[in-house]
Amino acid sequence: MKEEIIIAGFGGQGVLSMGKILAYSALMENKEVTWMPSYGPEQRGGTANVTVIVSDNSISSPILNVFDTAIILNQQSMDKFESKVKPGGTLIYDPHGISHKPTRKDISIYTIEAVSAAAEMQNAKAFNMILLGGYLKIKNIVALESVLKGLHKTLPARHHNLIPVNEQALLKGMEIVQAAE
Amino acid sequence: MEEVRLMKGNEALAHAAIRCGCDGYFGYPITPQSEIMETLMAEKPWETTGMVCLQAESEVASINMVYGGASCGKKSMTSSSSPGVSLMQEGISFMCGADLPGLIVNVQRGGPGLGTIQPSQSDYFQATKGGGHGDYHLLVLAPYSVQEMADFVDLAFELSFKYRIPAMILSDGVIGQMMEPVVLPPFKPRFTDEEIAKNSPWALTGKPSSRKQNIISSLELDPALMEEHNVRRQERYRLVEATEARYQEFMCEDAEYLIVAFGSAARVCQKSVELLRQEGIKAGLLRPITLWPFPTQTIQKYARQVKSMLCAELNAGQMIQDVRLAVNGQVPVEHFGRMGGMVPSPEEIVEALKKQL
Repeated sequence: MKEEIIIAGFGGQGVLSMGKILAYSALMENKEVTWMPSYGPEQRGGTANVTVIVSDNSISSPILNVFDTAIILNQQSMDKFESKVKPGGTLIYDPHGISHKPTRKDISIYTIEAVSAAAEMQNAKAFNMILLGGYLKIKNIVALESVLKGLHKTLPARHHNLIPVNEQALLKGMEIVQAAE
Repeated sequence: MEEVRLMKGNEALAHAAIRCGCDGYFGYPITPQSEIMETLMAEKPWETTGMVCLQAESEVASINMVYGGASCGKKSMTSSSSPGVSLMQEGISFMCGADLPGLIVNVQRGGPGLGTIQPSQSDYFQATKGGGHGDYHLLVLAPYSVQEMADFVDLAFELSFKYRIPAMILSDGVIGQMMEPVVLPPFKPRFTDEEIAKNSPWALTGKPSSRKQNIISSLELDPALMEEHNVRRQERYRLVEATEARYQEFMCEDAEYLIVAFGSAARVCQKSVELLRQEGIKAGLLRPITLWPFPTQTIQKYARQVKSMLCAELNAGQMIQDVRLAVNGQVPVEHFGRMGGMVPSPEEIVEALKKQL
């Protein structure tokens, strides 16, 4: 198993931490993993993206040009990364930030209304966990229990009371992700 | 068994510094290596191992604090990124002139000048050919994973104290910022006063009546004596070149085409070799781990085996000079590089190598 993922959106949306939680979850299953962020001025309101690779075997390049899956959260990232999904690969996007829908026919495309679902949950911070849930529904590369275990590891003890909310968000994402029309 | 953790290269290096018995870190923040000092300050090692961590007023001050600590036989280090390391060159030259051990970490970014904050390998010349004034070398280690960012700290100090040559860990923004699983090295105590007196008899520890005064200086007004110092230093360099070159081979055994790359570029090239092999092209990767001493003899060996070599670097062509010196015209050696903070994709290097077929 090897999955090469790019998650791309605005700085501040939780793109990097979503990637980190995914990476940690994979580590809980003793998989090999790399997490490579775009860093610097992007983090202050511009576009931000992170490349996460999860594999059963050792990982060579942490920097890639094409991806198995792209999770896309704004139009700039759609313009940049739609063409970078491997033929037969997967593209998941939140229609909220997208003005021009993806047009490729050779990949599987899914939508997930994570922004509105987070608003419904009255928890804007749940956004990235909803996305992660949606992604794991489509690509079951790590078990939900491993994500929860990963959260236990990454969150400081004083925030462990937030784990049930995160679990709800993951389940919400699994529920609302759907194939694009 | 130590736990496997997920960490940035910079964070792993900071943890490793505490664990290897480092006595003092002196630095000044600069992207993309600021997590090194951030991690140290968060860990507060002065409360546990007694390691001093200090944010100096500048890079110039940092390297001179390292000089001071090293003069006393202490494991002293600093870290910075390219523009900051340029500021340190005078102090590094003085340390080499005084034959002091120490560790300088350069998490390189694009240059010249302030350049960009993105990854680069354009300080290869500066790191391996001296950098400051005078005939000198640093021991240069080039990590290509988060694990090596952790492992090379102890190795750098070991080599540096063994040969009394400052060591440099030459990393870059990719390896510094990337997160990977890492197993941190075990804790090692800091040197005791007795160990310093025994293993570093040159150190300034307060003069006992039993020996002559120790003097740490790079100044010698008598040129004949200065030449002698230089000759002895060069003899040590020859010994290091003969014994300490380190490298890693990846699919080299039957290779017809050899890619030579270090650090983050080697990670990208490893993928390129996988892609080339899928197409039936017999490519291999040789990764110098020490950039000085350079694995010249290994390159010479492959010059007799392969049809051509490709040097892939995040610069305009720097390590290629050492590769060509080793190959000495036996096979063509081409260069592929990206500059200014751009990192090539594995496919770009595949295309570059295919031009040699």
